[in-house]
Amino acid sequence: MSLVLEQSLNGLQFGVTLFLLAAGLTLVFGIMGLINLAHGSLYMIGGFAAAWTMARLGSFPLAVLAGLGAAGGSGVLIEIIVLRRLYSRPHLDQVLATFGLIMFFNEAMAIVFGRNPLQSGLPDALRGAVLLMPGVPYPVYRLLIIGVGLAVAVLLFLFITRTRAGMLVRAGAADPAMVQALGVHLRVLTTAVFGLGAMLAGLAGALVGPLSSVEIGMGERILITTFVVIVIGGIGSIRGALAGAVLVGLVDTLTRSFLPDALRLLMAQTDADAIGAGLSSMAIFILMALVLLAKPTGLFPAHG
Amino acid sequence: MNLTRRAALALPALAFAAGPARAQSKPVKIGLISTLSGPGGYLGADIRDGFLLGVTDGTLGGIPVQVLVEDDGLKPAQAKQIATRFMKSEGVNLLTGIVFSNVLGAVLPDILDDGGIYVSPNAAPSNFAGKDCNRNYWVTSWQNDTLHESAGENANRLGFKKLYVLAPNDQAGKDAITGFKRQFKGEIIGETYTSLDQTDFAPEMAKIRAAAPDAVFQFHPGGVGITFLKQYQQAGLLGQIPMVVAAPSLDATTLAAVGDAALGIHVSSHWNSDFPNAANQKFVADFEAKYKRLPTYYASQAYDTALAIAAALKGSKGNVTDTEAFRAAMLPAAFSAVRGKFRFGPNNHPIQDWWSLSVEKGPDGKLFLKTQEKILSDRGDVYAAQCKL
Repeated sequence: MSLVLEQSLNGLQFGVTLFLLAAGLTLVFGIMGLINLAHGSLYMIGGFAAAWTMARLGSFPLAVLAGLGAAGGSGVLIEIIVLRRLYSRPHLDQVLATFGLIMFFNEAMAIVFGRNPLQSGLPDALRGAVLLMPGVPYPVYRLLIIGVGLAVAVLLFLFITRTRAGMLVRAGAADPAMVQALGVHLRVLTTAVFGLGAMLAGLAGALVGPLSSVEIGMGERILITTFVVIVIGGIGSIRGALAGAVLVGLVDTLTRSFLPDALRLLMAQTDADAIGAGLSSMAIFILMALVLLAKPTGLFPAHG
Repeated sequence: MNLTRRAALALPALAFAAGPARAQSKPVKIGLISTLSGPGGYLGADIRDGFLLGVTDGTLGGIPVQVLVEDDGLKPAQAKQIATRFMKSEGVNLLTGIVFSNVLGAVLPDILDDGGIYVSPNAAPSNFAGKDCNRNYWVTSWQNDTLHESAGENANRLGFKKLYVLAPNDQAGKDAITGFKRQFKGEIIGETYTSLDQTDFAPEMAKIRAAAPDAVFQFHPGGVGITFLKQYQQAGLLGQIPMVVAAPSLDATTLAAVGDAALGIHVSSHWNSDFPNAANQKFVADFEAKYKRLPTYYASQAYDTALAIAAALKGSKGNVTDTEAFRAAMLPAAFSAVRGKFRFGPNNHPIQDWWSLSVEKGPDGKLFLKTQEKILSDRGDVYAAQCKL
């Protein structure tokens, strides 16, 4: 039982990390119609900036701020320099251009920081573990990530539904041409939304850094999962991104930890381990297929 | 330098490491395909640098050579293309450098079918060591299984009875667990294949804690290994449950990155930077002087590869298209390996000694690997018996 609780928390923590990435990706996809493969690069930039700052200054809050700033700044820059030209282009052009950006950023990071993974430490206060139940210690830092992720989700939701800027974002997603006709400066809006999404990706990178190592190519690995999240959640929807992210996080973690054991009841151990490992890495894609069968536009479609 | 720069301009991403152009005779071209980018990038960089350190004034064994370096990006298809281009349009017949078993698995059949020679400085999957061995496929590192057999022996030696084992779900991972189980005499109470792109091992940590083994054996080379160790520490398992690993899961670079989380880990290896033999002392000193960092065991293997090739080129007078002449000169392994004793077994894979290493803290506070004792002597691999060359 305690193992189930611990694994669910692990799933939730993975889920909120995915949410931070998915939120920006889904807004950009929903509002600008842009497939941005380079979103993972912003995550990487956030991770590198935070790890670098942590190593130099030793302050965790400053490290997170550096991650936010670097990713947000890079996001605004690539929006203005590259992506703006792509909104009206076919998706294939966007994929090609943003794939190019991935290579650019990977090489740029290699030139600036070298090819060795960077390590990002943690302040002592966050290093320990708390006892959830007798015999089940859980790292404080992972609880912090869950807290930050959920707080960002609430703030983002309030921003989108309760503020004027959020209303424009929603309107922009529904009918960009009409919003522009009503005199809203769509260009500024898209740059701002893109910058916000980039900052969230940077936040994810900065938070994940101390758990794993910060390395070149870390963004591509998580990007595919992030796309699965926004497809499950419904493209353009923040609520969908949160639901999809938590669902994907839980399904991935729980199948990985319990499927091989369950299969062992049915077959020999070596087969169960091999098949279990294979099936659990497919689980989120099977989940996506099932969701799309039932709801072709995702769980919470933003419009249409 | 000018030569390098001009060449790099003419053919982007292609680095020429040959010395100044003084060649009356055309240099022997050696194709070095390695993983230089991505999380595994430092492994390939160490293989490249170790190999190039073995090249003296643009020659190997007195024969002028030109080393063409290309990055496979850990993508088998990309490596295949590079190998084809090297062989078909660059006139390369001698290749080396690949880090990962899955990349080697894709490229090796092409090279051998085209009459090329491949000398592996690292990956050596089981499927090419047994009945599919080849006269022109050489390994200077180890056979994958053997690496982990040494860890199994180390676990026996340390008296662990119940082990939890983890490795990635690919050929190298399967070889790792097979090799470990072959040598380990105790009981395996948990076995987990992690997915290849996994960066968060929290679920595995929870399972390990629930299983409460005597020790954990894991194989996660490069950046992933750093992550694994850090999370092992964060989960509070370090110091609670000992860990036994083979060299790839804890090299000089990962050690520096992981820091104190590595203290107390039991490592086994065929090479360590503190080996007292003269060849090794020269290698470590030269490497540090040239590259300003500690060599990993990847670099040592690549350096040995360069020495082995040098001996073979010397014996075959630099004729790499006559693969039998090359083979005859390669087989005696007439070079001083930095790991000490080294010879080729019946399947062209090494027969060598294995050692246990411990992680120690130096007076400067930095961690280093210290050689403890020999745990396996003159060890070949189990697949050699199936190989008829």
